[in-house]
Parts: sequence; C-alpha cells; structure tokens
Amino acid sequence: MDASFIKTKPVKTRNTIGGTKRKVLTVISTGFFAVISILVAMPLIIGFTASLRPGAEMMSQGLHLNTNVSMWNLDNYSALLDGSENSVKFFMWFKNSLVLTALTVCLTLIFCYFIAYGLSMYDFKLKNVLFFIVIATMMVPFEILMLPLYQEIIGMGLIDTTAGVILPGICGASTIFFFKQYMSSLPKELLDAGRIDGATEYGICLKIMLPITKPAFAAMAILSSMGSWNNLLWPMLIYKDASKFTLPIGLNTLLTPYGNNYDVLIAGSMFSLIPVFIVFIVFQKYFVDGMTAGAVKG
Amino acid sequence: MVEHTSSFNVAKETEMKKKNVFTRFLYSQKTAPYVFVLPFLLSFCIFWVYPFSSTIVMSFQDIEPTGTTWVKFGNYTKLLGDAVFLQAVRNSLLYMLLTLVLLIPFPLMFAVLLDSHLVKAKGFWKALLYIPSLTSVVISGTLFRMMFSEREGSQFNIILSMFGHEKIQWLKMYPTAYFALLLIACWRWTGVNMLYFISGLKSIDAGLYESADIDGATPWQKFIYVTIPMLRPTLIYVLTISIYAGLAMFLESFMLWGGNSSPYNIGTTIVGYLYRRGIEKNQMGYASAVGLILLFIALAINMVQLILSGTFKKEES
Repeated sequence: MDASFIKTKPVKTRNTIGGTKRKVLTVISTGFFAVISILVAMPLIIGFTASLRPGAEMMSQGLHLNTNVSMWNLDNYSALLDGSENSVKFFMWFKNSLVLTALTVCLTLIFCYFIAYGLSMYDFKLKNVLFFIVIATMMVPFEILMLPLYQEIIGMGLIDTTAGVILPGICGASTIFFFKQYMSSLPKELLDAGRIDGATEYGICLKIMLPITKPAFAAMAILSSMGSWNNLLWPMLIYKDASKFTLPIGLNTLLTPYGNNYDVLIAGSMFSLIPVFIVFIVFQKYFVDGMTAGAVKG
Repeated sequence: MVEHTSSFNVAKETEMKKKNVFTRFLYSQKTAPYVFVLPFLLSFCIFWVYPFSSTIVMSFQDIEPTGTTWVKFGNYTKLLGDAVFLQAVRNSLLYMLLTLVLLIPFPLMFAVLLDSHLVKAKGFWKALLYIPSLTSVVISGTLFRMMFSEREGSQFNIILSMFGHEKIQWLKMYPTAYFALLLIACWRWTGVNMLYFISGLKSIDAGLYESADIDGATPWQKFIYVTIPMLRPTLIYVLTISIYAGLAMFLESFMLWGGNSSPYNIGTTIVGYLYRRGIEKNQMGYASAVGLILLFIALAINMVQLILSGTFKKEES
C-alpha cells in the first residue's frame, strides 16, 4: 500500500488544483471498480435469481437475469430440504464432500508439516536433492500422471475408496513448499533451546515448533479445503458408486440433456456455495496469505 | 528353574538394550530428518516416479485388452498425423495465449489502481473480485453454459437482441465459443492474479518511488522503470502458472459443452483428448503419448519464457 507511485505526490498540492484533479480521479477509479464488481457478481446473481424459478424454465429458455420479483418463490429450496429423494441425494453428496474435505485437509496438513519441518530445520545430505524434487514435481501437471495413477489405484485395489482419492495427493508439493517458506523464517535457536531442556527431536517438533506454525496451518487448511471441496476430476475417476459421490460429481450428474433435474441442480449449486462463502468471509486474511506465499519471493 | 529365570532375565535385558539402541537411533539428531521426510520419499516413489515411468513405458506400447505390443515411436508418429490431436494442440495453445493476454495486463492494472490511494473501499472490491475463484468448475461451468445457451432467453442472446441482433448458437462456432471459454477464465482468475500482483506491489520499497520523484519521473515512467522491474519475480510466477493452467485446461470445456465432446471438436483440448483416448476409449498407450507431448510443450514454453525473462542469468551473477 505504501509502495504506490500515485500516492507519493507532494502533500501541498492536495488543496490546490491537484487536489480537485485527485478527487475526480478517485471518483473515476472507484466507480470503475464498482462497475467491474457488478459485472463480476452478475453470473452469481443471475444464478441466484434463476434458482427462485422452476428449473425447467432455465432449460427451455436459457439462463438470464430474472428481475420479475413477483414470480420468485422458494420452491426449489424447499424441495431441496423436504426429505424427498432428490433432497436425500443432495445431502448425501454434501456429507460426502464434508467428510472427504475434512480427511484430506487433516492428513495433508499433518504430513506436509512434518516433511517441511524435516526439510527446513535440519542440515542433512539429501536435503537439497529432496527440495529440488519438491519443486520439480510442481513442474509436471497432474493431468499427465492422471492415467497411470488411475491404473495404479485400480491395481492397488483402492478404486472406489476414499483412500484412493486422498493418498496420491497427501504429500502435496505446494503445501510442503508453503510450510517450508514459513518455517525458514522461524528462529532455529528454539530447537537448541529445546534440546538443552531435554526434549527429543519429535518433542521439539510437536511441542515447540507446532504452536508457532499455527498461522501457516490456518492458511493451508483454508486453501486445501477449498481445493478439496471443489475438486472434480480425480474424485470423478475414482468414485464409481453413486452413494460415494461428492457435491461436484453429483451436481455434474444432474446435467442431463433432458433437464429433468434442473430444480435441484440450480438450487443445489447455490446452496453448496454457502459454506464456501462463510469460510471466506470469516477467514479472508488467510486466503491471501496462503495463496501469495510463493509469488513474491519466487 | 533358577537358571531358566536368569537366562530369561538376560534375554530381557539384551532386548531392552537392543530397544535402547533402536530408540536412541530413532531419536538421534542425525536420523530425525530422515524420519520426517520419509512419507514424502514414499509418496514420491509410489505416486510420482512409478506412474511417471509407467506412462513413459506405455507411450511406446499398444495396449489392447488382448495383449500389449511394443510399437516403438508408433504412437508418436500416429499422433503427428492425427487431425483431432493437432486441433486439440492448436486449441490449447490458442486458449493459453489468449488467457495470458487477458489475465496478466488487466489484473496488473487493477492491482496498481487498488494499491494506489485513489480507490475507496479497496478491501471490498478485492474480496468481490476474488469470490468467483471459490466456485467449483461445475457451478461456474453450468452457469456459463446456460447463459451462453442457444435459446432466446439466454443472457448473452438477450444482450445481442438489445443491439438488434438475432440469437446465435454461441457454443457451436469458434470465435463465440472461445469468447465463452475466455470469459469463464477471466471471471474466475482475474481476482486471483490481481491478488498476486497486489502482494508483489506491497513488497516494493517505497524509497524507490521517492527517489524517482526527486528525479522528476512521471507516474508512467515510475511504472515502467520501477514497478515492472521490481515486480519481475511475481510476473514470472504468474506467467509460469498461467502457461501450465492454460495448456492443461480441460474441465472448463468439459462443463461448457456438458461432456467431453463438442461440435467439430472446437472445445477439445490436449487433456480432453488424453481423457477421451485413455478413459473413454481405454487406449492407455496412445493417451500416454498425448500426455508426454503435453509435458514437452509445457516445459519447452516455460523454458523459453524463463530464459527470455532472464531468470537464469540473474542466478548466475
């Protein structure tokens, strides 16, 4: 914020012509962002207004902004919550997504924390090689490994299991990288202090370093839960049994050419955004921390 | 009986000692780092090295349910003559280039504006622009698919009719279909790239701008000679991940056309083709070759990009 080039104008011009010019510029640029934001919010607003109309209408007419407030009703949402067949299906997906996200986040964070701890707190022979490997694996898109991994999971007998969905990504390179970046800024003297006090290597890791790494945990928990909640491709390949489907897979199955389930599709889509938005509003700060960690230092 | 007990005790003692040696080994400062990184080593071997090498091997094979035969470079030469594959490569390259053109300058401009003191309520705009990236590709894809539907009442046909134009079949023609694909990309990623740039801008030393002021630099000169060079690490990072994301795009097209097929393959990307061959037609050998060509293209483009932007030069000096 301090680094802006426009801000560094001399203060004395503020009340002269420069000041008026500045005010005009402020109005123009703030207005510009207001317009952009309305455009950006539009698809979601359109989706929300459509969820207040029968799904068949969206199918037959196409999706558009429905401003006719008198026509709005909550039928789709009550159908989603009334315990009918569709409603049961939807909440099964919702629950599956919750369970999968919780498991993925917990396991990924635990493993990546320990790995990053080993990589950043010790000097050992393989250290640089391993760190190079972490970076190198980030350079290969997942899509390339998708097919052989899929075969491997079948071979291991893990097809259609949650283990098959979670295990391949449990030591995610970007999560390790983020933890390592964060921990390299922590004082290593704490380790020696712990050793002098008679703590074991693992005791130091769990009792001394873990508590001060909490902000990194928060940032990564949020980023990885968003990724897992919205993940479609890999779970879609692994889960075959419809009772195991997550929200993205389930909603995708509703996209039939006949459009007979569009009530659930549109209302369910909007409904599934609620937890995401709540998490975003509450933990906004951590989103930026977790996301931008790699970008500045490069 | 007595002897037996004592020998038992001795056995127990040596066992204790052994255990001590083991625990001491496990708890030593030399072993601990290896224990910490062990899961990574395992996961790397099982879920990276193995599939990666098996995809390389498979790319030289013809894998049929009846049996596997070695075909040397057969899959690759076949791919070079495969019109659909070449079209998929063109589609992916075009999509990547256009996303770079749209998703770097504009987010950068937004970031510079939001970083200045000219805009009010910054936090609110930042949050709003970021929100689309929180929606899953299923939801965003469905919304855009319906807004671009060929029916009269779809949002974009309504906009057309405001200009007195007849309704069109958006997703069945090249320019309009790419307009839709790019609009999804811009909608979802503008806010994310903007946040990357904002955090990059924040790390620039304010003193640099002050000295530029003393030298009488105009805002534009400051942008070109201070902001851009200082922002280089962030720019390179965003460029690198955008190249990968652009080339590996699949789900956006999958959702927009409601499945992995589009009229005349206008929405087929390299990964879409890999999915079609590998998953839908179960031709693992051929699909592996597709994947490795994608990797080659991605690495080559990024190498060129990194050399041109001088990333390696800087490290040497």
